[in-house]
Amino acid sequence: MSIRACFRLPYPAFTLDVDVDLPGQGITALFGRSGSGKTTLLRCIAGLEKAASGFLAVNGEIWQDGARRLPVHRRPLGYVFQEARLFPHLDVAANLDFGRRRIAADQRRVSLARAVELLGIGHLLERRCDRLSGGERQRVAIARAVATSPRLLLMDEPLAALDHARKQEILPYLEQLRDELEIPVLYVSHAPDEVARLADHLVVIDEGRAVTQGPLAEVLACVDPPLRLGDDAGVVFSGTVVERDAEWHLSRIVFAGGEVWVRDGGAAVGRRVRLRILARDVSIARSRHEDFSIMNLLPATVISHVAEDHPALALVQLRVGGTPMLARLTRHSAWRLELAPGQQVWAQIKAVAVVG
Amino acid sequence: MLNPSDLAAVWLTLKLAGTATAVLLLLGTPMAWWLARTRHWAKGVIGALVTLPLVLPPTVLGFYLLVLMGPDGMLGRLLAAGGLQPLPFTFAGLVVASVIYSLPFVVQPLQQAFEAIGEQPLEAAATLRANPWDTFFAVVVPLARPGFMTAGILGFAHTVGEFGVVLMIGGNIPGKTQVLSMAIYNHVEALEYEAAHRLAAGMLAFSFTVLLLLNALKPERVR
Repeated sequence: MSIRACFRLPYPAFTLDVDVDLPGQGITALFGRSGSGKTTLLRCIAGLEKAASGFLAVNGEIWQDGARRLPVHRRPLGYVFQEARLFPHLDVAANLDFGRRRIAADQRRVSLARAVELLGIGHLLERRCDRLSGGERQRVAIARAVATSPRLLLMDEPLAALDHARKQEILPYLEQLRDELEIPVLYVSHAPDEVARLADHLVVIDEGRAVTQGPLAEVLACVDPPLRLGDDAGVVFSGTVVERDAEWHLSRIVFAGGEVWVRDGGAAVGRRVRLRILARDVSIARSRHEDFSIMNLLPATVISHVAEDHPALALVQLRVGGTPMLARLTRHSAWRLELAPGQQVWAQIKAVAVVG
Repeated sequence: MLNPSDLAAVWLTLKLAGTATAVLLLLGTPMAWWLARTRHWAKGVIGALVTLPLVLPPTVLGFYLLVLMGPDGMLGRLLAAGGLQPLPFTFAGLVVASVIYSLPFVVQPLQQAFEAIGEQPLEAAATLRANPWDTFFAVVVPLARPGFMTAGILGFAHTVGEFGVVLMIGGNIPGKTQVLSMAIYNHVEALEYEAAHRLAAGMLAFSFTVLLLLNALKPERVR
């Protein structure tokens, strides 16, 4: 089960030149800053870039081989555009049905009712599209794509046009899609928080090339080459809720290599959760201190450290048991602590976010 | 109120305009679609050719059509070889001339409507399994509906009002090629101002109604 995508497409600013093998399941984020070519790569995979030459096989089916290409409408894919692109002459129900009724009955693995339920749009079916909010519009667009029972779902920054509140409104629906449908998703984004929350696999695109790829946790923790996420640098890993403290409203979460206390977000004991720790929220001490406010204090081993974009800063890669972690310090502190690979230190973690 | 020959002229005019509009929409739609979407080098040339009747004096257009369709013209010979009647001074000839004369009035609104739709809905339809024909009828036609209405109305109205081309190509044969504008001209020549008034006022009212209708069709600016 995998997606092999190999494309070349010259542009005035850069040449898209990508050869990647992606997992045929879960959410794979194509991450990069705007203009890096990630949307172009997605359009190549959909067949929307007519000039692209290359090779594309999705879970064993060849969609393009050199100049021989399946036209877009014959590819069993779903595509969610940044602007929802609903058809303004059709109401919500007719938009949802547009793709579904064009596939053979025996190909309909996701029912219309299921798509409607997964995106929570049952109350909107009779609405005209210009009577929808931005968030509702995008949910309808996602349901419309899902209702075609695609064998690959392509999403091009589906949340980028929305404000923070609308984003938070849609993210749970995307998580639900990921957890309940077995449709592989390629998710283009330039927002680290979306990637941290949704992705299982990460491909970093820069100037038309795939510079790094791998499982999300590994790529985020990688410092060579560094992702240069600045304030967004950090790691994502999963753990299990083992205890909920009613008095202090805290949850204890155990992960490979240790445990942390986090704000109780309502996850039940036994639930797997995804945690995110930003590098700027981690500081390093050579000895264990108990006399300050930080409650998550973990023994760690220094793996390496690299310079950050700003000359005052350094990014230190640590390992807490089996889990990699990043800490951002000033270079001065790193020098003062005489940090060296293999050294045992204490990681003081100021904030842990439960991201899913 | 109208004498039989005037009535015949009105009927002929409506028949001509209706037929020409139908042919115009059938021919103009693919032309406008091609012009709206192509990046072909010939786009400018074809676009200019289609627009030419807009600026050309109708008599010039009529003259060349007459030459082309006459027994010695290219089209005339072609038709003769196929065993068909020559076109000048026939209803079919009027239809051909009207189609060419009114072409820009149909192609331009359609082209603008197609251009306004843009690439985005077409891409969305393709990702929803619609093949290009399907997309055209399920997405483009409904989205371009105001454009089709405008094109139809303008094509019809413009054909109703033509004079010069008809005069050159169809002559002035009562009941056969004598259209409304021709009938008005005949009345004025014969100093029958009252009869001319009846027809002319009808045309005036018709034209005004057409413009009112077009205004009502304009898409709302504010949502």
